[in-house]
Amino acid sequence: MSAVSTGSTPEATIGSTAGGPLPTEDFCGHCGEAYDGGECPPSYAHQRCRERLAMEPPRYCAACRRRMKVQVTPLGWTAECSRHGVLAS
Amino acid sequence: MTTQASGTTNDDRTTTNGTGHPILETARQQVLEDGIGLTQAQLEEVLRLPDEALPAALELAHLVRLRHCGEDVEVEGIISIKTGGCPEDCHFCSQSGLFDSPVRGVWLDIPELVKAAKETAATGATEFCIVAAVRGPDIKLMNQIKFAIDRIREEVDINIACSLGMLTQRQVDQLASWGVHRYNHNLETARSYFPQVVTTHSYEERLETCAMVKDAGMELCCGALIGMGESLEQRAELAAQLAALEPHEVPLNFLNPRPGTPLENQGIMDGKDALRAIAAFRLAMPRTVLRYAGGRELTLGDLGTREGLLGGINAVIVGNYLTTLGRPATADLNLLVDLNMPIKELQKTL
Repeated sequence: MSAVSTGSTPEATIGSTAGGPLPTEDFCGHCGEAYDGGECPPSYAHQRCRERLAMEPPRYCAACRRRMKVQVTPLGWTAECSRHGVLAS
Repeated sequence: MTTQASGTTNDDRTTTNGTGHPILETARQQVLEDGIGLTQAQLEEVLRLPDEALPAALELAHLVRLRHCGEDVEVEGIISIKTGGCPEDCHFCSQSGLFDSPVRGVWLDIPELVKAAKETAATGATEFCIVAAVRGPDIKLMNQIKFAIDRIREEVDINIACSLGMLTQRQVDQLASWGVHRYNHNLETARSYFPQVVTTHSYEERLETCAMVKDAGMELCCGALIGMGESLEQRAELAAQLAALEPHEVPLNFLNPRPGTPLENQGIMDGKDALRAIAAFRLAMPRTVLRYAGGRELTLGDLGTREGLLGGINAVIVGNYLTTLGRPATADLNLLVDLNMPIKELQKTL
């Protein structure tokens, strides 16, 4: 399990990635919109989203914008994209 | 509020001579000394206290909690066994299938549920509440719940509570017979404001489930969600209506506006108003478990969390909520240590 940047909490890691490449951050994990070409993602437009992602798991896959299946437990969470695998806290 | 008013402080040593406000003088005698909760009109006065009276209100609420509930803090973990896709239209809820919410429907499998129960128990929690986003449980869900309860019982020493929406009498009886010791069904808001928040079921239907739960011998957990645009009068009305139900526990939620819901643009309520509400709810219900629930991180932050624990709160949800994240469990547990507030032990809850 390799740690990647997810646009969510710094601790998030990605598990099974269905053999594909690790996702890049093309989309915001909170609102699902594309990053808007700021100097580095998340750009200023998604700063608020990034703040919110400190308090909630991502709902959208940062690579393909699919809505993820998210399960929250008292001490953790997982977010699964059918194409890009599982993020976990 | 003085720092002396901590969890283990003897209330006789911290009694403030004079609170500086008539309603607090009244509450000192009526609630602290006589153990009688404030009326709706009195609660409205508490909710309208000026900022400078807030520390005194919190201190009094804390003394009430210590005298009538004791110093223990009850710790609970909650988990969603069925997330999203709910047919109801509770305007605050991201799990309604009627809104354009990013929350997808998903079921938690039983091994994950048992694992979460173990992790929750390891924090010192005595309560584990299994929640489903439904109008009421169908046979499939009831079977899942029975299976989950049995598996958890085999491996984890923890009280099991449930929150499965509106119940039939048969379902109430089943849950009681399976050993569910507490059932959560919130009023959420005042009767007069409820139609602004929910249109797919009535306040009376909620009350019916609450009554059946109590009659069956289960503890009733019946909570509030404040900051949804209700007036102060309605907030007082809610506290009085909850007090009339005499629930064992009241989880106090603060609106966390969720994307896609009708309340997504409702602002986050003011922290001082939230603290006034905590004090008021404690003064309405001197003997009830008053639990910090969702939204406190946004509304109160770290400092406010501490003030609430010194202002009438005597229970917490540890870690995450159903779809959002809470403070790290260690942050709350360390705070309880700092405040010299012992965690309620399992045998005291049985």
